[in-house]
Amino acid sequence: MAVSDEELDTFAGQLDVILSAVARVAEVAAADIPPTSHAVAMTNVFRRDEVRPSLPREDVLACAPAVEDFKFRVPRILAEEA
Amino acid sequence: MSDLTTLTAAETADKVASGEVSAVEVAQAHLDRIDAVDGKLKAFLHVDTEGALEAAKAVDAHRAAGDQLGPLAGVPLAMKDVVVTKGLPTTSGSKILQGWIPPYDATISKRVKDAGIVMLGKTNMDEFAMGSSTENSAYGPTANPWDLSKIPGGSSGGSSAAVAGFEAPLSIGTDTGGSIRQPAAVTGIVGHKPTYGAVSRYGLIAFSSSLDQAGPFGRTVLDTALLHEVIAGHDPCDSTSILQPVAPVVAAARDGARGDLTGVRVGVVRELQGDGYQTGVLAAFDAAVGKLRELGAQIVEVSCPHFEYALPAYYLIAPSECSSNLARFDSVRYGMRVGDDGVNSLEDVMSLTREAGFGPEVKRRIIIGTYALSSGYYDAYYGQAQKVRTLIVRDFTAAFEQADVLVSPTSPFVAFGLGERVDDPMAMYINDLCTLPASLAGTPAISVPCGLSEGLPVGLQIMAPALADDRCYRVAAAFEAATDRLVPPAEVLA
Repeated sequence: MAVSDEELDTFAGQLDVILSAVARVAEVAAADIPPTSHAVAMTNVFRRDEVRPSLPREDVLACAPAVEDFKFRVPRILAEEA
Repeated sequence: MSDLTTLTAAETADKVASGEVSAVEVAQAHLDRIDAVDGKLKAFLHVDTEGALEAAKAVDAHRAAGDQLGPLAGVPLAMKDVVVTKGLPTTSGSKILQGWIPPYDATISKRVKDAGIVMLGKTNMDEFAMGSSTENSAYGPTANPWDLSKIPGGSSGGSSAAVAGFEAPLSIGTDTGGSIRQPAAVTGIVGHKPTYGAVSRYGLIAFSSSLDQAGPFGRTVLDTALLHEVIAGHDPCDSTSILQPVAPVVAAARDGARGDLTGVRVGVVRELQGDGYQTGVLAAFDAAVGKLRELGAQIVEVSCPHFEYALPAYYLIAPSECSSNLARFDSVRYGMRVGDDGVNSLEDVMSLTREAGFGPEVKRRIIIGTYALSSGYYDAYYGQAQKVRTLIVRDFTAAFEQADVLVSPTSPFVAFGLGERVDDPMAMYINDLCTLPASLAGTPAISVPCGLSEGLPVGLQIMAPALADDRCYRVAAAFEAATDRLVPPAEVLA
């Protein structure tokens, strides 16, 4: 993600304030406390391994910013002089 | 304003079912209201006139054919724009999704349609649900129907304003740190954040996956409960969807409306009041606690010492998860693409697209989240925040041994002025002070109107243990039955 110079100027001070506020979590003595990633117990969920229809290809490609030969067209992914 | 727009959802459904009015008349009355007032309110990003009238016609046809109608058939609803709707623009309040027409329906959208509920359109919101005022929308702010110079809350501010402003009797919001409850509080309506996992997240554009939860808004507790039962329930498309029966919230709302709370233990959370809260908010809250006592509830004080760390923990966990979730906006499969000139690489294009497509609050959170997850800082920030989360869950567990529900103000303040806090992220974050603990613990909480301060609505938050959403509705309905309904001054939108 790029940010403009103007944004950098605004963000620098704001991020400083936010980071020092959130750093307050360090005040809590929690060395022996297990972390919680989810409020409910998470178990892996499997479904039957069977073929099901997917979204129609033309519907999905209709959302894409660029399409070529019925596929997503992407910008250059390799350097010119690799 | 047509009488049809001031009815409750339950009344509307009865009238449609009995044939007293048609669903088309109801839909048209609301579309007319939107036409008349949304220029001022700006609650909607997209109004689907044709789709709404078509859905209403289908309900009327079912009735004519003698089919059994669902409990909310023919009732209009406003849908938050974070919820994916097939064939209808869905932007999540962001420029990066401008013009996107999703090829599928979220589970919520599908359930709403299958119930014969008439979707009027998509409502405004803070970009990707990050904010407390709807001012972070890329499409401009929404106003509060009580005072057009005030915020309608956020991030579901379009959904709260639409219901409070009589554009729709029901709406859907999402709540990650308070985005249903705080908008409900500051616009004087009812809003419920269900137990995490009670409502499917399939087709919700993700912000913070371990916290995001969709829920209902209504002008009454019963209406809110009726919508809750439509959208809740297990969904195989969401791996975090809970395999439990839906809490009996409609029965609880009806039972609570009898106004008897004898034997219910209500815990007042010591840490969610005091310094930093507006005097008028605290006065309304104290009066509400007094009212609960009059209704027979036993009031106890409980202490949740780690709640004061909910704000810093949340503002590490949510940005961390968002920094990962928003990586999907890569300019390849859908959404905006900027800088694709044949010379720029894929990485350059992604980077330029995100610069152009994301607003400042989204960027701030991506930066904070990336930082908090980076090696060397992970333990001190994200890891520590997750441990604090455990302690907050433990505080709730201990408190629910002493009380059946916990109460607090929903927000420390009434609606503040549009533009007042946009340049000060911390001043904005502090709006979530009372709503964050239940978000981090995944527990249900409702906001119900509890009077005015400075002429603006105050919300009472009622929290319950996980899966006990019905307790929130029961206590809220009893409280509602004992208090006057709040209606915004008619002249504001006249």
